[in-house]
Amino acid sequence: MNKNCLLCGVGGQGTVLAAKILSAAAMEKGLSVKSAETIGMAQRGGSVVSHVRIGENVHSPLIPHSCADVVISFEPAEAVRNLCYLKKDGLLITAKKAVMPVTASLGGCKYNGEEMLGYLRTNVNNLCVIDGEKAVAELGSSKVLNIVLLGAAVKSGALGFTFSEIEEIIRKSVKEQFVELNIRALHYSE
Amino acid sequence: MKNEFLMGNEAAALGAVHAGVNMVCGYPGTPSTEILEACAKRNDGSIHVEWSVNEKAALEAAAGCSYAGGRTLVTMKQMGLNVAADPMMCLAYVGIKGGMVIAVADDPGPISSQTEQDTRHFAQFSKLPVFDPSNVQEAYTMMLDAFELSEKYGTPVLFRPTTRICHGYASIQIRESAEKHEIEGFIKDTRRWVIFPRTSYLNHLKIEERNDKLSETLSDYKLNRIEGNPSAKKGIACGGVSYEYVMEALGSFDDVKILKVSTPCPFPEQLASEFLDGLCEVTVFEELDPVIEKELVYLCGKLGKSVKIRGKLTGDTQRAGENTVESVKDVLCGYLGIEKSTKSLPASPELPVRPPVLCAGCPHRGSFYAVKQACKGKKAVFCGDIGCYTLGNAMPLDMTDTCLCMGADVTIAQGIRIAEPDTLCFAFIGDSTFFASGITGVINAVYNQNDIILVVLDNSTTAMTGHQPHPGTGRTMMGEIVQKISIEKILEAVGVTKIAKANPLDFKESVEAVKSVCDGNGVRAIIFKSPCIAVSKPSPSLGVKKESCIGCMKCIRELGCPAIVNSGGKAYIEKSLCFGCGLCSQVCPVNAIGGESNE
Repeated sequence: MNKNCLLCGVGGQGTVLAAKILSAAAMEKGLSVKSAETIGMAQRGGSVVSHVRIGENVHSPLIPHSCADVVISFEPAEAVRNLCYLKKDGLLITAKKAVMPVTASLGGCKYNGEEMLGYLRTNVNNLCVIDGEKAVAELGSSKVLNIVLLGAAVKSGALGFTFSEIEEIIRKSVKEQFVELNIRALHYSE
Repeated sequence: MKNEFLMGNEAAALGAVHAGVNMVCGYPGTPSTEILEACAKRNDGSIHVEWSVNEKAALEAAAGCSYAGGRTLVTMKQMGLNVAADPMMCLAYVGIKGGMVIAVADDPGPISSQTEQDTRHFAQFSKLPVFDPSNVQEAYTMMLDAFELSEKYGTPVLFRPTTRICHGYASIQIRESAEKHEIEGFIKDTRRWVIFPRTSYLNHLKIEERNDKLSETLSDYKLNRIEGNPSAKKGIACGGVSYEYVMEALGSFDDVKILKVSTPCPFPEQLASEFLDGLCEVTVFEELDPVIEKELVYLCGKLGKSVKIRGKLTGDTQRAGENTVESVKDVLCGYLGIEKSTKSLPASPELPVRPPVLCAGCPHRGSFYAVKQACKGKKAVFCGDIGCYTLGNAMPLDMTDTCLCMGADVTIAQGIRIAEPDTLCFAFIGDSTFFASGITGVINAVYNQNDIILVVLDNSTTAMTGHQPHPGTGRTMMGEIVQKISIEKILEAVGVTKIAKANPLDFKESVEAVKSVCDGNGVRAIIFKSPCIAVSKPSPSLGVKKESCIGCMKCIRELGCPAIVNSGGKAYIEKSLCFGCGLCSQVCPVNAIGGESNE
């Protein structure tokens, strides 16, 4: 099984942890994994991307264009920015809420999340939009958007992992007092 | 052997630990930082691990240990090697006893650096061997090989990963345990350890002979190799992560001969000559400078081979920036006729630009804003430096007029003041940068009677690279709690005439502090002290009282805090982002921001 999953968002949204959980789940199944992260200056509110590549005969740590089975985006504009990675009929999961860059607040650029979602609806056959804001409000923590989105990807079956496989990794990698919260977040879209 | 999922920098660190390293020194710098951190994490207590004050100190300390027979690893980013160039150039002549690897991470792009300099040139310049890994597994393997080569030939060896190797992760094969290396001790021998012109001449001859021999030996090195179709007419030469991009781009296409170069210096000439045999043309894929390409052009001339070498010099491949599978494929499409596989998407709506910004609650915002307000109407220049606070250049703060290299804020301010004696010249420097290379600049200014205002942004950590301790934090990488070195006392000791202190999150106090040092002569200083939000606990988040907010947007226009947005003509604070620093509440003209909610 070769799977490529790209996770994208804005620095600080938790893309790295979600990528780590996916990688660990693949390792647990005895599969080879390669991944790459954005680290450094871009983490300060910039666009960030994590690439996770599972399976044999993988060379580049970065997913080539049109090769991602799944793109998990934490923000609509970031989904559009990284759409070039999604393969034909690949699954795109995106959180609905736009994250305004400071430049937009200053009036330097017009940005409308709705416009991005409209573009995605027109150009992506296999699109799943998650109301992340509602989800984290219901779950009672703003920190679990990453796991909610990961859960949506698991549910689709496109990653080749079951809920229990991901749960097992969450139990191992998340602090004990947050395990229950994260598992609820994982199953939120179910 | 066992399997572990590791970051490239962790793999390199583990290679050093397994090679029996005794001392690890370095200075933080993206993308190299995690190498030293991983050494500290994997330290069973037998390894001395330190963040040195800068790269020069790190390399010299390691040299001492290696003279005594200890195995040492020195870590830095590419520009750090400029700082450590003095000891490295000399050490190349003197040599070492215990194996020494200098790990220098290059940053094609550049993603987090000022330059796209290529450490392989430094290897050629200093005549030191260099290993250039293509993936995470090789980062581990080559670190082991680098230690072996270093000790065998008595020379420091460079190890040069690039960002995609450093920050890539992979499941790799590693040894079960570490080798234990006993340190023999320093044996006095002035002819060996004291550098003199006569010995340097003799050593220069020896180094050239050694490198001729090494070029032969490295032609047989397992990670320098020829792959693909041996009778193909077209060839590809590559090194570093570009090798992986080439393999990915080629897919199942196999009518091409490939040369993978893992030791660009000394260049494996015999292997390359064998590669060139029978070829009509070669395309070279490498990042940064055309190092492999020039070696092949040279070799063709030397051996009288008629092979066309294509690459950066011929304009066939990109001259700057990172390679990608796509950029390689674009070239291979014309060169080998392989298929391009990109689908074209319809034009998207205009994407928001997301320049990196100071975090919500960052104390630097308060410092910059206070200086800006205190200097209103005055002619002033703001010299910045390397760290999170370089982001003070962004709108709306717009408080960084120059930025060059570590420590240069202090000295550039001096030069501008000489050229423009009627300008207030501010030099902004962070605490870690101050220790690394700011102190000499301050002494230069005091000694030469320069009028500058030094602004120390002390957030008690090395923030940009991920919160490493430094001499002012009172913690070491060995886990010890030690005496904090006081920046204020250093400034006093070197003769800074006036030193003001302020909490940058207290706007009024900060403006007063700045005003108190604006008038006067000589070197004056303000120390803004408040911890980085990543190493402190947040205060309760603030909110905007909707009924009080007059929608003037002063908070947004003046501070540019990512937690404040314009929501239907009124300011709105994102609770999840707000750190509760309170700066916006002090800027609001109608007291509409406070401890309550936005509702």
